[in-house]
Amino acid sequence: MAKSSALNLGTGAFVALGFAALAFLTTQTTSRGVHISSPPHYDVIAKFDNVGDLKVGAPVSMSGVEIGRVARIDLDTREYKAVVLLRLNAKYNQIPTDSDASIYTQGLLGGKFIGLTAGGADTYLKNKDHIDFTQSAFVLENLIGQVLANFTKSSGSSAAPATAPAEKSK
Amino acid sequence: MNPLKELWESLLESVAGLGAVTAFLMRLIMHTPRTLLRFDLIVRQIFNSGALSLVIIMLSGLFVGMVLGLQGFQLLERFGSEEALGTAAAIGLVKELGPVVTALLFAGRAGTALASELGLMRATDQLSAMEMMAVDPIQRVVVPRFIGGVIAMPLLAAIFSLIGIYGAQLVGVQIMGVDSGSFWSQMRAGVDLRDVNEGIVKSCIFGVACSLIAVYEGYYAVPTAEGVGRATTRTVVTSAVVVLFLDYLLTAAFL
Repeated sequence: MAKSSALNLGTGAFVALGFAALAFLTTQTTSRGVHISSPPHYDVIAKFDNVGDLKVGAPVSMSGVEIGRVARIDLDTREYKAVVLLRLNAKYNQIPTDSDASIYTQGLLGGKFIGLTAGGADTYLKNKDHIDFTQSAFVLENLIGQVLANFTKSSGSSAAPATAPAEKSK
Repeated sequence: MNPLKELWESLLESVAGLGAVTAFLMRLIMHTPRTLLRFDLIVRQIFNSGALSLVIIMLSGLFVGMVLGLQGFQLLERFGSEEALGTAAAIGLVKELGPVVTALLFAGRAGTALASELGLMRATDQLSAMEMMAVDPIQRVVVPRFIGGVIAMPLLAAIFSLIGIYGAQLVGVQIMGVDSGSFWSQMRAGVDLRDVNEGIVKSCIFGVACSLIAVYEGYYAVPTAEGVGRATTRTVVTSAVVVLFLDYLLTAAFL
């Protein structure tokens, strides 16, 4: 009897471990995740015109040091702006209220992250405060579109005089 | 005998073998409902082929994940997108490496044990003795081993993938310095529930294939020392080839 209960225990532990692994794979590695709680923090809201492919969980950094994470991304349907909830570590509680937030890209094809630049105000950001100065993500398609538009405009306006096109593209 | 005729006969033989395996599978499935009533037998076999394979599965998973972390980092670093390491490692493990490597290890660890055990039972006339006592050896011995393997395999594959992802995280985040939040958030964004399902379906099918081949080879082993050895070898070789072949078919089907 003792041997059979040890056997059942071993099998039970194995099966439980297996299903725990399955549960982890389905909830923690996919987008339909359940998030586990984080250390002490406070939340700050920033509104952007365009967040590009910024993802929930992306780092928030200041002078290159990570101070928090993106906790939620929403759309404000009145202003049509992206509302980004930044979850900052409670340790960094002395960030001036007039700091500005910009979205940068890590590496050439890397993910987006938010960089904060300190302002000069004497008051500090608190929980649920808003960051007013924001700069949107750099969207490659828009930039290419602008360059193309400029190029066609400049070559169209100076079409009459026969000059070299290489000079015009400057 | 001319070579063409020989080839034709070996072809016929392999087709007949396939037929015999299919018939054996049908017999196992027919006996399954009654064996389910003897759940203690199945529990013992889940322990034998599942719990006892845990150590090799976990160690292999850790090292496969760590290698994936290193290689993936080296490759992704060239494009400046090391953060995609989490996605790359998770998709690679959950969809491919988890089920396939687990199936190969399972064939090597549990499949050989099943085949040699059944082969020895055959060689020492234990199976015939059961028949004499009006106990159906298929129902009493073979089906519990088969079902135990089928249940154990997907669980082992899930554990393998889980440990593998931690191995990749260990190398990528702790050693190479990929940002841990990006690692996990890009993984969550990049891995779909479909990918996980694909891995689960694959590992279930591999579990059926590996267990079936092991019990078939063992049950029909030539009842000599040499025959048991050959059955064990054939279990590993056939399982490996069948798993890789099925993997191609399943991947194509899931695309």
